Amino acid sequence: MRVVIGEDLALLRDGLTRLLEAYDFTVVAAVDNGPELLPALVAHRPDVAVVDVRLPPTFTDEGLQAAIAARAAIPGLPVLVLSQHVEPLYARELLSDRKGGIGYLLKDRVSHVAQFVDAVRRVAAGGTALDPEVVSQLLARHEPPLAALTTREREVLGQMAEGRSNGAIAGKLFIGEKAVSKHISSIFTKLGLPPSDDDHRRVLAVLAYLNV
Amino acid sequence: MESRDWIRDGVRAVGGGVLSVALAITNIPLFVLFVVSLVLTPVLGIGLVLLPLVTALIRGRARLARRLAATFGMPIARPYRPAPPSRGLLIRYRWIVTDPATWRDFAWLLPGAVAGLVLGVLSLAVPLYGIEGIVLLPLWIWLGTGTYGYGAIWPIETLGEGFLSLPQGTVILAIGLAMAPYLRRADAWLTKLFLAPTRNAELRLRVSHLTTTRSDNLDAQAAELRRIERDLHDGAQARLVSLGMTIGLAAELVDDNPAMARKLLSEARETSSDALVELRHLVRGIHPPVLAERGLEGAVRALAMALPIPTTVGAAVPGRLDTPVESAAYFAVAEVLANVTRHSFAQHAEVQLWHHDGTLTMRISDDGLGGADRDAGTGLRGIERRLAAFDGTMSLSSPPGGPTVVTMELPCALSSARISPYSETA
Repeated sequence: MRVVIGEDLALLRDGLTRLLEAYDFTVVAAVDNGPELLPALVAHRPDVAVVDVRLPPTFTDEGLQAAIAARAAIPGLPVLVLSQHVEPLYARELLSDRKGGIGYLLKDRVSHVAQFVDAVRRVAAGGTALDPEVVSQLLARHEPPLAALTTREREVLGQMAEGRSNGAIAGKLFIGEKAVSKHISSIFTKLGLPPSDDDHRRVLAVLAYLNV
Repeated sequence: MESRDWIRDGVRAVGGGVLSVALAITNIPLFVLFVVSLVLTPVLGIGLVLLPLVTALIRGRARLARRLAATFGMPIARPYRPAPPSRGLLIRYRWIVTDPATWRDFAWLLPGAVAGLVLGVLSLAVPLYGIEGIVLLPLWIWLGTGTYGYGAIWPIETLGEGFLSLPQGTVILAIGLAMAPYLRRADAWLTKLFLAPTRNAELRLRVSHLTTTRSDNLDAQAAELRRIERDLHDGAQARLVSLGMTIGLAAELVDDNPAMARKLLSEARETSSDALVELRHLVRGIHPPVLAERGLEGAVRALAMALPIPTTVGAAVPGRLDTPVESAAYFAVAEVLANVTRHSFAQHAEVQLWHHDGTLTMRISDDGLGGADRDAGTGLRGIERRLAAFDGTMSLSSPPGGPTVVTMELPCALSSARISPYSETA
């Protein structure tokens, strides 16, 4: 799988490159600033991009803006955004084109190598991987349409937002896989999501979670 | 509708005129008392006791004059120096005598009395004369006096001309009512001439305000730095020490006991995660990253998203604020919203931000219980102090039963370009 990396700290950029290549990814470009990132993404059309939110020259949210612009140019381009802090607001902006293929994780998650690589693969396949920190910041909210969900359904939805499969959710919440599918179809009904391809509905449910 | 406003203003101004006549009369005994207490100062020191008392009376009287002027559209600030902490007679005497505002009050007493009397009597007399004209004919017919005389615009000398007094009285009454607000304005202008702080006094008041806010600000900053130091020392720093130890131990064991070494390394990873979590919280408290990245509007939107109470944000702030102002504004909004979530039991909250005419206004409202009291907790007072450092103000309206509205204003400039506050560090 071909990867473009956007990260300004040399230590992290090299670390990410080494890590991903060890897991059979090919890093086709690794850029260290905002202005070069968008052309690199558009030119290489990678299978997945791993991008830091804050990049030179302004050190604000250049990486995020480049990712959003790249997805406008290449719809559905899988992007995994990394940051020292996570904001539900940014997750919402990333997901608002409703195409999926978005990851948004804290940088420290990289240290759990296997989980991180798994997240990269999931995003490349068009899934979502939201950081548990984003999810927990949203758990406290009580507004429609989420207000209709039971506590258990909220938990299941949170796990879906993090990108877990039904089996993984069952393991995490100590319930059967059957129960998980029942909760999920109840969530889809309560959120008024029409029957369609299951992966796409999962993305839409996560969007409802983010109140997009 | 409009004519009613005009009449109401006139009547109010006539009322103000009557009040100013009553007050003006008290100026004369106050003038006498002040002179007497000055004269008596060398004699047995009676003045030492008397002068502060008389001055307090005069200042009370001046305060009424300022308030009266303010009701007629001319607010006047208090010019006095702050009272000395000591209550010693001589010290208080010196405080009063050396304050130029004391002498300006004194100089105002007589001209102020004359102006108050003349303008007050005039604003009452003209409408009264008008009313007399309106009721004159019936009065003449019923009472049947021998002499007939009325008229300022055209003379009325006989009973036969009496019917002409009604239109004339109406015109005079209208003139009197129309004139009264202007007479009040003239009185207020004279009051301001004497009783407003001089440029010097204004600067002195400003210096004393700045001194207070600066010392509050420095205290708050020092406390903040101490808190950060403690958090780093007990948190991230301690964890990094333990991290180093764990990794060192793992390096020792890697050959002899690889299983144990692996366990230690996984512990080390947990510790590094914990240290990062703590650093993240700390950074959020110092300067939230989203504030640096998105400015006030974006940061407040991000904040509202994570609140348990549904909160809508409306903003019209085209551009970025200076970093210190931006940070003060953000933390003020955050603190108010924290109060809303903690105490209001609201179903919905709203934040409005707008920048107009060099002032940033932040209005936070909720539909909760109301009854918020700025003196109850330290929260709202703290916000007020923080805003005061930037000449900002806060006002609170929270009747029992709600709604609660907190309005904060900060004078500040907007810059259109967003420029990174720090240079390349990578």
